[in-house]
Amino acid sequence: MSRSGDPDLLKRISDATEKAVRDAEIYLPDDVKARLTEALKMESVVVAKQELKNILENICLAEERSAPLCQDTGIPVLYITVPYGMTWTPEMEEAVFTGIQNATEHIPLRPNLVDPLSRENTKTNTGLSMPPVHVKQGERFTITALPKGAGSENVSRIRMMNPSDKGNIPKFVVETMLEAGGRPCPPVILGVGIGGTFDVAASLAKEALLEPVDMMTDYEQEICDQVNQLGIGPMGLGGDTTCLAVKIKTAGCHTASLPVAVNIQCWAARRATVEVLL
Amino acid sequence: MRHLQTPLGDEVLSLKAGEMVTLSGTVYTARDEAHLRIMEDGFPFDPKGAVLYHCGPVVADNRIIVAGPTTSARMNRLTGFMLDAGIRGIIGKGGMSAEVRELLRARAVYFAFTGGCANLAAARMKYAGVHYPELGMAEAVWIIELDKLPLTVAMDAHGGDLFAVIEDHAHEVFQAMYPTSTTRI
Repeated sequence: MSRSGDPDLLKRISDATEKAVRDAEIYLPDDVKARLTEALKMESVVVAKQELKNILENICLAEERSAPLCQDTGIPVLYITVPYGMTWTPEMEEAVFTGIQNATEHIPLRPNLVDPLSRENTKTNTGLSMPPVHVKQGERFTITALPKGAGSENVSRIRMMNPSDKGNIPKFVVETMLEAGGRPCPPVILGVGIGGTFDVAASLAKEALLEPVDMMTDYEQEICDQVNQLGIGPMGLGGDTTCLAVKIKTAGCHTASLPVAVNIQCWAARRATVEVLL
Repeated sequence: MRHLQTPLGDEVLSLKAGEMVTLSGTVYTARDEAHLRIMEDGFPFDPKGAVLYHCGPVVADNRIIVAGPTTSARMNRLTGFMLDAGIRGIIGKGGMSAEVRELLRARAVYFAFTGGCANLAAARMKYAGVHYPELGMAEAVWIIELDKLPLTVAMDAHGGDLFAVIEDHAHEVFQAMYPTSTTRI
């Protein structure tokens, strides 16, 4: 039943990719907007209130102007589910990259992707084995874009902890935000990956950022409250609102390991999913 | 809320860190490359009372599309000569070094504008020209007319530094929460 060579399907894959990126860049998800609105209501510091008002006004203006929320349009990390029984082909991956190139030209996006050593820009946000495309099987054919800016990515951390040190996981997360301060454009969302291997922990931390921010487990809430006690506030100018949510994902790990990764996400927590119709 | 108009004069001396203001009038965008170019070639505009904006905007057809602030700390070591020439205000995000805090004394202030708010900024801006377009869109010096951009005075002309106060406080809270200071093994 493989229709993977179908040129119409490939076109729909690139169109869906472009739309996912466009929606993510311009429209902040409702759950994130709701948390920011709630934070403004709860905030007690005058400067912080103004920062949150600016952020909420900026979100409305991006929608009105159909312009990206932030000038750092990020690197678009992609999560794709393909229906059971369908084979993911190199042509499909190529179609995804075409979608990114179209998005870069049409929205337009800032071309952010460079060679790590020569720093030469590819000008298309594609090339050099990027952007990352994570594919798994699922009920439907969907493409999710998570454009990730540099400010918050640059202050993210990973640590291979001692298994006996698991009580210190909250401390590691809180300390990560302490060191980051205002640099990742708080209020932030903290994606935490616990377990797996060195690389899996980092992937889990990023995937945690796909989770809705309107609910937290007791453990997540406890860490979130500790981060907020730091008082860093929106943009590091002080206030009650430093962290909108902590989201944790776990995977099994080696009996001698405890990898922990914290991926910081700025307030512009951009993500959007588009279905590829079959 | 106090309203300021460029060019700025001695009124900046009465501003206090933590105060919220709005700013109207001409500002000049300047990032790393523009600082280096001005240092070498001199100012393409009158620096007396002028305001710099640490920003690499997206500009199309003489329109400012998006123009959020960039991280000011990158310009820490390039700021002294700007202040010596008469610059009285700097807009950016994230604050600047203790060295810049001292350089601001008795002459200029640093304003924080909300990171990521590229549309809010653009909605309060009009394109007014460009210097050094050959430096590329992000690094050129764009001349921009502001209409009441909301800002926070983050570093004042008397050593006041809101970022430093907040950071020190956060470290104290962390120390109280976790008395041993680091998770490093």
